[in-house]
Amino acid sequence: MIRLGAGAGFAGDRIDPAVELARDGELDYLVFECLGERTVAAGQLRRLADPDDGYDPLLEARMRAVLPVIEPGRTRIITNAGAAHPVAAGRRVAAVARALGRPTRVAVVTGDDALEAVRRLDPVVWETGEPLSRCPDELVSANAYLGAEGIRQALTDEPDVVVTGRVADPALYLGPLQHEYGWAADDWPRLAAGTVVGHLLECAGQLTGGYFADPGTKPVPGLAGLGFPFADVRPDGTATLGKLDGSGGRLDVRTATEQLLYEVDRPEAYLTPDVVADFSGVSFQQAGPDRVEVAGASGTARPDELKVTLGFRGGWLGEGQISYAGPRALARAELAAEIVRERLADVHGIAPEAIGVELIGAGAAFRGLAPTTEPLEVRLRVTARTTDAAQARTVGWEVESLYTNGPAGGGGARTGVQQTLVVRSCLVPRDLVSPTVTLMEER
Amino acid sequence: MSDLTANDLTVDDLADVRAGDKGDTLILAVLPRDAEAYVFLERALTPEVVAHHFAVTEPVVRTDLPHLPALVFRVPSVLAGGVTGYSGLDGHGKTLGYHLLMLRLERTL
Repeated sequence: MIRLGAGAGFAGDRIDPAVELARDGELDYLVFECLGERTVAAGQLRRLADPDDGYDPLLEARMRAVLPVIEPGRTRIITNAGAAHPVAAGRRVAAVARALGRPTRVAVVTGDDALEAVRRLDPVVWETGEPLSRCPDELVSANAYLGAEGIRQALTDEPDVVVTGRVADPALYLGPLQHEYGWAADDWPRLAAGTVVGHLLECAGQLTGGYFADPGTKPVPGLAGLGFPFADVRPDGTATLGKLDGSGGRLDVRTATEQLLYEVDRPEAYLTPDVVADFSGVSFQQAGPDRVEVAGASGTARPDELKVTLGFRGGWLGEGQISYAGPRALARAELAAEIVRERLADVHGIAPEAIGVELIGAGAAFRGLAPTTEPLEVRLRVTARTTDAAQARTVGWEVESLYTNGPAGGGGARTGVQQTLVVRSCLVPRDLVSPTVTLMEER
Repeated sequence: MSDLTANDLTVDDLADVRAGDKGDTLILAVLPRDAEAYVFLERALTPEVVAHHFAVTEPVVRTDLPHLPALVFRVPSVLAGGVTGYSGLDGHGKTLGYHLLMLRLERTL
C-alpha cells in the first residue's frame, strides 16, 4: 500500500493543511500541484526579467513549512512548482534545506520546454485554427504536458524532493505509483487507475468538501480547518481516499463524485500524456467516516501527440470599480457606465469593443443570461484592453473621476492596471519532447 | 435530498452542479441527489434545454452516467475567451454552475 497526500491544489493554496498531512499523515509521498495554464507563462515573463526566477513564488514558503516536519527517507515530496524554471526552483529547494540544516537530495525534471520545437514545427493553434507563425502576438513560452515518466525516472535516485515544470497534473501522482509498483508504460488499466487517483487528489481540498460546500444543500463542517486528502493505493490501482481524523471538511461518495467529474469534458476518454482514461465505470463506496473506496477505472493507449500550452505577451488590462447603493442604484451604475464608455472612446481613443462593463451584484457573473432585479447595491466594474500601460490607466482614472463628476452617491472607487498574457494550445509529436532528470545534493 | 414536490421546481431542488472549464467550453457536471431525481432529470434536462438556458447555438453534448448517478454537459463557446481572453471577473465561468441550478423545470413531461 502506498499513501499519496495532496499538499496543494493550486499555486495559491493554503500551506497549513500540507504541514498537518506531512506531520501526521504517515505519507509516502506529498504532492504539491501548483501550476495553472497561465502560471508557466507568467513564470517565463519573470524569468526573462530575472534569469534566476521563473518558478512558483510560494515554493520557498511551502518547503520551509514542510521540510522540517517530514520524516527523511520516509516521505518524498513531488511538485510542479518549478514552473518556467525547474532548475532554479531545485536550487532554491536545496538552499532552503541547507538553511534548515537538513540533508536533502533534489531531483529536477526538465524537458517540457517546447519553444524550439513549436518554432520549428509551426503547428496549428487550436484557438485560431491557423499556424503558429500567423499569430501576431509575441510568443514567450511553450510548455508540453509531460507524463509521469520523468518523475518515475527521478524517483529511482531516491530523492527527497522532485521538482518539475509542466507535467499533466495527475502524472504527479501516477509517477510515484509507477515507480513503486513497476507498472509498465503500456499497462493501460493500471495507468488509468492511477490517473483517476491523481485526478481526484490534484485539487486537494476540492475532494474533502471544500469547493463542494453549500450551506443550504451541502453543509460541510470545519471549513476553516479543511483537511487535505490522501489516498492509500493498492498495487492493482484501486484506492481508499481519506483525510486526517479531526481535520475539517467532509469526504464521502458525494464529494468524490463531484470531484471525479470536475473539468472532465468526456468522462469516457480523459486524455493524458500517459493514458486515455475511462472514468465512466468508476464507482465509489463509503468505507467508513471520511473514507471512500474508488475502483472501476479503465484505459486505452496514450495519445501520440502531447498538448502544448503557448504563452503570448498580451496587451494591458486597465480597470476601475465604484459602488452605488439604495434607490436607483442600478440606474445610477448604468449611467456611470455610459459616461465612462463615452469618455474612454472620445477622450482617450479606446475602441468601444475593447471596453467591458460589469454590474456586480446585478447578475454580472451570469453574463446577461439571467434577468436583472433591483439590488440593494451595485458595484460597477469597467475594464479595457489596450496596447500600452498609459492608456490602460485611463480606465481607472475615468472611474475615479466619477467621484466629483457624478452620478450621485458613487463610493469606494478602486483602480488597477496589469499586463496580460494570452494562453493558447497546440499539439506536438511526443517524440520531440522527453524528460531529463538532474540531481542536486545538499549535505 | 431531492424535492420533486417543490413549487417552481428548479434543478437546485434535485441536484448539485459542479462547473469546470476547458478553453471556451463550459463543463457542467449535474449530480442528482437520488435515483428518482436522476430519472426525472434524464428526461427533463435535455441538451436542447441546457443550450437554451445558456443561449448557445452550437450543440450541447450530454454524457449519461447512471451508476454515479450524473449527467455531464459540454456547453461550447459560452466562456468568451475563457480565463485569459475574457475581461470580466469570472473567466473560468465557475459561478455558472449556479445558473444551471436556477433552471426551472416542467413537471409534466
